[in-house]
Amino acid sequence: MFFRASNLNTYYGLIHALQNISLNVERGEIVSLLGRNGMGKSTTLKSIMGLAPPQSGVIEFQGQSIFQAPCHKVARAGVGLVPQERRIFPHLTVEENLLMGVKAGCAPPKDLEPWSLKRVYKHFNSLERRSRNKGFQLSGGEQQMLAMGRALMGNPLLLLVDEPSEGLAPLLVREVRDVLLQVNQAGVSILLVEHNLKVAMSLAHRCYLLGKGFVAFEGSMAQLQARPDIMAKYLEVS
Amino acid sequence: MSPELQMYLAQGIHGLAYGMLLFLVASGLTLIFGMMGILNIAHASFFMLSAYLCVTVLNATGSYWLSLFLAPLGVALLGVLVERFMLRRAQASGLGHIAELLLTLGIALVMAEAIKLTWGTEGLQVMAPRSLAGLVNIGGLEYPIYRLFIIGLSLVVLAVLSLVLYRTRLGTIVRAAVSDPDMVSVLGVNTRRVFMLVFGLGTWMAGVAGVAAAPILTVFPGLADQMGMDAFVVVVVGGFGSLFGALVAALFLGELNAYGIQFIPKLSPVLMFAFMALVLAFKPTGLFGDRE
Ligand SMILES: Nc1ncnc2c1ncn2[C@@H]1O[C@H](COP(=O)(O)OP(=O)(O)OP(=O)(O)O)[C@@H](O)[C@H]1O
Ligand SMILES: [Mg+2]
Repeated sequence: MFFRASNLNTYYGLIHALQNISLNVERGEIVSLLGRNGMGKSTTLKSIMGLAPPQSGVIEFQGQSIFQAPCHKVARAGVGLVPQERRIFPHLTVEENLLMGVKAGCAPPKDLEPWSLKRVYKHFNSLERRSRNKGFQLSGGEQQMLAMGRALMGNPLLLLVDEPSEGLAPLLVREVRDVLLQVNQAGVSILLVEHNLKVAMSLAHRCYLLGKGFVAFEGSMAQLQARPDIMAKYLEVS
Repeated sequence: MSPELQMYLAQGIHGLAYGMLLFLVASGLTLIFGMMGILNIAHASFFMLSAYLCVTVLNATGSYWLSLFLAPLGVALLGVLVERFMLRRAQASGLGHIAELLLTLGIALVMAEAIKLTWGTEGLQVMAPRSLAGLVNIGGLEYPIYRLFIIGLSLVVLAVLSLVLYRTRLGTIVRAAVSDPDMVSVLGVNTRRVFMLVFGLGTWMAGVAGVAAAPILTVFPGLADQMGMDAFVVVVVGGFGSLFGALVAALFLGELNAYGIQFIPKLSPVLMFAFMALVLAFKPTGLFGDRE
């Protein structure tokens, strides 16, 4: 198994945000994590990353336990995160933001073409023009591209992407979608939280649907589409 | 130059010297706050300890230069140990920032008592080194060389700090971590180790300020309170986590202090706080900060 999380329980103080959540990702897959606001999608990604460490459960990545490992160790094991808030470093330039993504002293995985500034700029044209601008000067779309580029600079094998199309214009949503597809085709597995069902449908092979802190449904995208009752109950259908 | 102009000039340089000292102390405070989210109440205690270590090294060896080298180094070493063995545990306790705040308060109290036990409660005088003891003539104004030396020394430290922050990878990491340390660790950096280094760097700068200030102040156990207050005001006015803000605020408050003593001596102790209140009323994040 490439990536496996099972029975994760995560708390924020007394709030039991994740209740026995289990999910896995195979090598090369795009798996989407769906659900309404506040169901625990971001918390799931944060728990995997070590930002919101789960109290109990199992997390294995390439046969190695990363349960309760500190964030930087999870990152160095080959997991990358594009957070929902983007979290660009506002006072660093675009280029410095990208270079922050480099994991010093960490050899890139053998079977993946390593990422460089040049390769990132090739995928995200708008970033090259902005390379000397500060993070806070970027538009929402540019920040999203930068957050993705920064995560890619660390050569992740598994990329956790949280709502990349949130707040973006339709043209940019397509650009984000295309980049994710290309990244996946280059060999990176992706766990994608996405509100835009169309984007999720067009990218993901499988999905997990979250209710309030639990997995309400799992299956292929086609299986989900065959269940309008479940979609009505656990998704806002637009 | 007319005597009146000379007086203005003298106060101006006085203010600049004190402002630069303030910056040396406040920059560490603001960096540590930005990265770790804690207000290090003990920060000025490191400044004071360094001044006392300076006295001891001077008494033992007679060399000011040796004490300028050794005292800040000793203080920085202590800072690193405090971060590694105490703050780290307080942060791991899961009690939130209150644990760290109480810890640094405790450290400040213990250091103050330890200093009283070791050096006594009386004020100690430190002589400037002979090579810097004289006066220099600036357009008719006879001005003490030592204060100019303080300004020069601070500028050197400022230059080194800027080089590290803006020209090295470690500097980029520190600048990123000042605004979002968690995101830095998400990118694979062991931020704990960076915290330790920054804590060491911050206490080292406070230590340099302590030695530099010793010959122009009386070294006594209340030194930390006085400097701590002023540095705190600088950090608040400049904006938590903003180095540039700390520089601007330190220089401004240094001058405010100098001219305040000259013209409205009765009000000068409250001038700084009045100014802080004024800034906060218009910009709650401080001049260059983005956090409240
Ligand atoms: N730092 C926090 N402290 C306390 N509670 C939190 C925190 N972060 C999230 N929560 C709570 O945990 C639950 C899950 O939040 P989470 O952010 O994971 O939801 P989400 O599915 O990502 O929602 P959205 O679609 O709005 O991003 C929510 O009820 C939320 O209020
Ligand atoms: Mg979310």
